[in-house]
Amino acid sequence: MKTESSKNPTTVKMSSDREVLVTRTFDSPARLVFEAWSRPELFRQWWVPRSLGATLRSCELDVRTGGTYRLEFGEDPAETMAFFGRYLEVVPDSRIVWTNDEGGPESASVTTVTLEEQDGRTHLVLSEVYPSKEAFDAAGTGAQDALSETFEQLDEVLAGLAAA
Amino acid sequence: MVQYSDTRFASSFAALADPTRRGVLDRLGRGDASITELADRFEMTLTGMKKHVGVLEQAGLVTTRKVGRVRTCAIGPSRLDEELEWIVRYQQLWDARFDALDQVLEKLKAKEQSREDRVE
Repeated sequence: MKTESSKNPTTVKMSSDREVLVTRTFDSPARLVFEAWSRPELFRQWWVPRSLGATLRSCELDVRTGGTYRLEFGEDPAETMAFFGRYLEVVPDSRIVWTNDEGGPESASVTTVTLEEQDGRTHLVLSEVYPSKEAFDAAGTGAQDALSETFEQLDEVLAGLAAA
Repeated sequence: MVQYSDTRFASSFAALADPTRRGVLDRLGRGDASITELADRFEMTLTGMKKHVGVLEQAGLVTTRKVGRVRTCAIGPSRLDEELEWIVRYQQLWDARFDALDQVLEKLKAKEQSREDRVE
């Protein structure tokens, strides 16, 4: 629990009924944070944390405006889960905007990451905007299903509450 | 900022944002426990544990009753709705990702540092 209090906190807020905002500060300059988001060999080291229990089988990122990306999960190629989309805007060391197209045009969300450096530290804001409240709700349910095995601790909490 | 009219949603979310409080709920899911037992289990003072239980109680996630000198805690009447469950998971996902990103950044910084040292 000691490491829990010393690290920088991650905050999640709903800013409307179809937008989520995630904020976090990193003790590193923005160019390094950008590097970790844009080089596939670095990106794959953190995007799928061990606690997620998923295997990232392939990771192709072409991080520039108009470029595309594709992430494939699952050890078995026959049961691959793919996430893909397009980079709408990339400004090195400060901004990455991409689409999440795996759910089809009606539910495609847009994720915007902005980096602001101050005194050698970087404040990151990630916004995820869904085209409608319905798409947001559906994504919530979908993400919940997809991640259902990954957060064991919370699962136990919820099981405890359901049993009460 | 949270635009839910349901204030219970906000208080539940705040209550669950803390790892100790999630642990307390987890423990109570398996059976009732006194404040003293919880304080021992999570290696904290009685006062500290009382505060955590107070937050959970306000959110309706935990109830307490006092019998003699012992205050016993149990899982409360409030259920987590789907949306709250989702946002808590979302937070855990990004929290885990960003912790891993911290480690990648530390490695990058160390690499840069050793490169600079060599040049000097």
